Amino acid sequence: MPDRSQAQIIAAVALGGILGACARYGAALLWPTAPDGFPWTTFWVNVTGCAAMGVLMVVITEVLTAHPLVRPFLGTGILGGYTTFSTYIVDAQHLLDTGHAATALTYLATTLLAALFAVQVAASLTRKLAPTLRHRREGARP
Amino acid sequence: MNWLMLILGAGIGAPLRYLVDRAIRSRHETGFPWGTLTVNLVACTILGLLTGATIPTNLQHLIGPGLCGALSTYSTFSYETLQLARTGSQILAVANAVISVLAGLGAALLGQALANAFLN
Repeated sequence: MPDRSQAQIIAAVALGGILGACARYGAALLWPTAPDGFPWTTFWVNVTGCAAMGVLMVVITEVLTAHPLVRPFLGTGILGGYTTFSTYIVDAQHLLDTGHAATALTYLATTLLAALFAVQVAASLTRKLAPTLRHRREGARP
Repeated sequence: MNWLMLILGAGIGAPLRYLVDRAIRSRHETGFPWGTLTVNLVACTILGLLTGATIPTNLQHLIGPGLCGALSTYSTFSYETLQLARTGSQILAVANAVISVLAGLGAALLGQALANAFLN
């Protein structure tokens, strides 16, 4: 039986996961991609989710002390539910199966590299901007 | 109805990912992200199974973009891969990326084979 704080974390992850999944599904409806083409929508969903993760992790581990539910809700929940590994793999596999090996391999490699690059760049930029933000917050205090 | 199914699936998938990751973390203090690898491979198997099976649209939304989409994650996967590289285990970081993709493709194939064998 999970204790109360565990139950709160699980609820935060579930709620965030639902919001993230809805954003991903909405993007797929807004920008549908052909089953035999490069899956641009899932590509951008994953890359933007990774950039947001880079910002979030620096903010909550280096810039400020976040409420204990912030990481479960925003990181594990929203960004975890928004980004997807299974659709990435199954779409690539479909491309391989239907004779689009070049597109499949390009998709597999570019998503991986762009996702890692997005986390890294977003984290570095946040780290660079963090002192400015911190000073502004401190300066705003009476 | 599709949205409702998606919400239901994601409401199960995301907490399941959190619980599986936590359970695996408490047993393996290795620093290698076994938890994320596990949920991603499980989600790839289930989604492979789904693409190989003929099932109603409602159930497809529940299991596909709902459950598998929220159970698997790219943001945590890439964050943890970079963390491995940053903490000095470049080889483990590359291994995590390569194994995730190759094993993911294998898991999706396995799912499709299971669907062909048992569901159709």
